[in-house]
Order: sequence, then C-alpha cells, then structure tokens
Amino acid sequence: MARDTSHADEPVAARPMAGAVKIALLLAAAGLLIAAPFFLYPIFLMKLLCFALFAAAFNLLLGYTGLLSFGHATFFGGSAYFTAHAVKVWGWPPEFGILLGVAGAAALGLVMGAIAIRRQGIYFAMITLALSQMFFFFCLQAGFTHGEDGIQSVPRGHLFGVIDLSQTTNMYFFVLAVFALGMLVIWRFVNSPFGMILKAIRENEARAISLGYSVAEYKLGAFVMSAALAGLAGGVKALVFQFATLTDVTWQMSGEVILMTLLGGIGTLVGPVVGAGLVVTLQNYLATSDFPVTIITGLVFMACVLVFRRGIVGEFYASRLGRALGFTSER
Amino acid sequence: MGMVADHEPRVVLSARGLGKDFGGFTAVNNVNLDVQHARIHALIGPNGAGKTTVFNLLTKFLQPTRGQITLLGTDITRTRPDKVARMGMVRSFQISAVFPHLTVLENVRVALQRPAELAVQFWRPLKTLNQLNGRAEVLLEDLGLTRWRDARAADLSYGRKRVLEIATTLALDPEVLLLDEPMAGMGQEDVRMVAEIIREVARHRAVLMVEHNLSVVADICHQVTVLQRGEILAHGDYATVSADPRVRSAYMGTED
Repeated sequence: MARDTSHADEPVAARPMAGAVKIALLLAAAGLLIAAPFFLYPIFLMKLLCFALFAAAFNLLLGYTGLLSFGHATFFGGSAYFTAHAVKVWGWPPEFGILLGVAGAAALGLVMGAIAIRRQGIYFAMITLALSQMFFFFCLQAGFTHGEDGIQSVPRGHLFGVIDLSQTTNMYFFVLAVFALGMLVIWRFVNSPFGMILKAIRENEARAISLGYSVAEYKLGAFVMSAALAGLAGGVKALVFQFATLTDVTWQMSGEVILMTLLGGIGTLVGPVVGAGLVVTLQNYLATSDFPVTIITGLVFMACVLVFRRGIVGEFYASRLGRALGFTSER
Repeated sequence: MGMVADHEPRVVLSARGLGKDFGGFTAVNNVNLDVQHARIHALIGPNGAGKTTVFNLLTKFLQPTRGQITLLGTDITRTRPDKVARMGMVRSFQISAVFPHLTVLENVRVALQRPAELAVQFWRPLKTLNQLNGRAEVLLEDLGLTRWRDARAADLSYGRKRVLEIATTLALDPEVLLLDEPMAGMGQEDVRMVAEIIREVARHRAVLMVEHNLSVVADICHQVTVLQRGEILAHGDYATVSADPRVRSAYMGTED
C-alpha cells in the first residue's frame, strides 16, 4: 500500500489559495450572522435563514442530482404543520417537534420520490407538482391543519427544557445553529462517497447503470435527504413565526424555491443561500412599498436569467476573480 | 487463474431467437449468438445492421421483443441492466462514456466504489475513497494512464478517453466485456495499443465487440458474426466469413 501514500490527496495543489480563501470567507460569514441580530430585525433574519436552508435543501436535488422537483412545498409546509401540531396540541418540546417534522417530510419524500423517480425531466416535475397539489388539498381539508386559518399561536417552548425560545435572541441563535447544521449536512452529503456516485449519475447516467449502479435508488436517497432537510427548514419556520400556514404548501412556494436556487446559482453550496437572501429581502422591502412584489421579483428573475445564466454565485465562481480565488462550480 | 479451463470453449453469454421491434419496424430478428470464455467475438456489419441494438438487448438497456438471453447459466431476459452489470457483464458505449468532470482517477474509483461497498456512505468524507487509490492506480498503470491521473476526463484526447473507459470497465473485473466500437475515431497508434489491451484482457474473460476496422478484427478476433438488416448473415472465423460471397457483397457493397 506504499502506492497511495505518495499522493494521497486530491489534486487541490493546483490552487493553493482555495482553502485559505474559503475559510476566511466562512469565518466572515459566521461573524456577520452572529452580529446581525444586533443590527437587523431578528425575525427577518430568521425567515431568511429558514428559506436559505430550504433552498439549499432543494439544490441538493436540482444542483447535485439533476432532478427538478416542483413539489418541495409539500416537505417545507408539511413539516411546519407536523411541528406546529406536535408542539401546540401534544405539548412536545421544540426539538422533538422539529424532529417529527423532519421525519414526516422524509416520509412524504419517500412516497413522492418512489412514485416520481423513474420519470425524467418535465414528467418528473409534473408528477411532483401533481402530488404536491394533492397534499395541498389534504392540508386544506384535514382537521388538524385548520384549513385557511392554519395552526396559530404555536408556543416556541423551552429548548432541551432549559433555553427559553420565546426570547428572540435565544430563538435567533437556535435558528442559526440549525441552519449551520443543515448546511454542514448538505456539504458532507455532497462531498461523500454517496455524493461521488450522485455526481457520476448526473454526468453520465447510462454509464453509471452499466457499472452496476441502480440509479433510481441513489436518486431516491437524494430525494429523501432533500425532503428531510426542507422539512427541517419548515419545522423551524413554524416555530419562528409561531404559525403553520397553507401558504407554505402551495405550488407558488414550490416555484419560489426554484426561483431562489436559480437566482443564486445551482450546483453551488452558497448559491441558494444568496438567492434566498435576495428574494426574501426583496419581498420584505417591497411589501411596505407600492410596487407589486411578484412583478419586481419576476423582473429580477428575468434579468438574472439573461445576464447571469449560472446564477449570481455561479457566475462569480466562473469569473476570472472567482477562478483566481480557487472556486469551481459544479456546472 | 484457471489454467485448465482456458482452452476448453465455454459459452458464457448466449442469445436464442433474439428480436426487437420498434413499432412496426423489425430492427433485430432471430439472432443466435454464443460468446465464449477467453475468446474475442466480433460483431460486424454495415451501418444500420442493428449491431448496437443487439448490444443494448444483450445488456438489457433495451427489452427484447422475442427470444432469450443467458448469462453465465442464468436467464437474464427480464433482468434490469444494472443487475446484469453486477452479474459480471459490463459494456462500453459507442460514444465514449467517461464522467467528464471527474478526474481520471475518480472515474476508475467510481467503478471500484460499489464492489468495495463505498457507494452509499453519505456521512463519510470524500477522502474515505483514497483507500481505493492503490487498485485504481494499478489499473491506470496497466493501461498507460498514470501521467493523466489527476487530469479531468474531459481534457483527455479521444483515444485516451476510450482507454480510460476500458480501465473503468476492467475495474469491475467483469466475466464478459461488451465493447461498442472501441477504436472508432482513433489514430493508428492508438488502435494498435487498444487492440493489444483487448487481446490481453481477453485471456481471462469473454469479449464481444462491435468493430468497423476489419484489419483489427482479422488480427485479434476468434469469432466473427456478420449482421445485415437485423439478421445474422454469416458466422465463423475471419477467414471463413471474409471468403463468403454474401458477406463480401453486403459488407463491401462492391462485389458481384
């Protein structure tokens, strides 16, 4: 085995700056997020983090598996209902409420994925859309979701029985921790033996099959993981707003997360976070102005598609500066 | 290796009455084929004769309309293509099938991951896969790819991509190897090298290859099956087949 020690490392040697730059940027981002609630409205920041995680979870599928799901609101909004119900009606502590939301979203993902996964492209998207519409009507009709009213005044409770989450600062750092954990899971997932096979499948599916990989099962694994993480974001959001609502299971929500991911740049870890930040910020500022929100976000989206085909982050990675700093984009 | 068995002809892959219809069009009809261990079997024929369709049927990328396929004594007529690969029959593709954005080493490692049971771990770091580097590097060295170990597959020359594809296929140590035009579009140098590689790997496994380069077929293949319009026109060793007037008229299109 003397062979593998001679050059055991990946070929990063060609861009020695990459590691240092990435760590510096990561630390800067962490610093900003820790300081942010003292300067900006914390609820807004928490909303931003929830949507950022949602978009990053969605990107696991679109960017790293090559599947366009048009039903991700099911996992986001569904999990919000499960968490809210468990915490409010059953009196569960918040951490278990969120875990239930994640498990519920993963189960829904398993069902939706198992039905849709053998179809390609637009057919896959249409099946996920149809199934998520069915789930929407279920939420509209089911008793525990309270229809148009949603589940209101959900108590945030005490994390691990100690930390009072009704304190906004406590809640913010809890959300930040969940976000960081979610991003870490995604990063590990992408950079793992499983992630390598996903990449191979995306690059040449027929070849992956001819090497003996049961491609559908790998895609289903990624689908369930993506659904579970979207559920994590949704469950936390229900606690942030103390509210689980029909809005979060609509097809518009599924569309919004696609928009965020494309805006930021698919196939990059940071892209969906930036895209979500942009969309949520625009919505927040435009909500108080006279401009119609959907038209403005639509225009921004059109501009991005025309000018930044790879999304904001994707375009930066592909630029001369990005490449000099050692970034590579998946696409 | 099996010192005794290698000179005894042993059929590892066989097709009986194989046929495929697309709508009303019969692309392949009544194809019988026996591929033997430690032999190189060529499938030749003019363009559109159905060679690639036969490949797709044998490897189950297409479901046959008629007939039966047996691999290593097991009926695989209704088996899924990934299962067929796991049973020991691995194919290459007409258009070079590499993973373009992976490095040469990673390409080979992807093939090694599944047998090494390092394919589903989503919680382990990427460097877990470095334990496969040793085996991958031996394969790269055998096929003369060591210099390009860390190059992206997309940046290789066409000929080297094909060689990488063979390296990746061999990583699975398949019992039966199906190569779809392994030398198409290669220069003379590369053709000689790849022919030598195929001859070498066929010492311990069966090879079925589609090939247009008849001098290669004459040189390395033990058996030749000629297809025309989806049916078998002739079968035998190269000398027999090339002397057959029907083959000459069908394949060259010039003879009386």
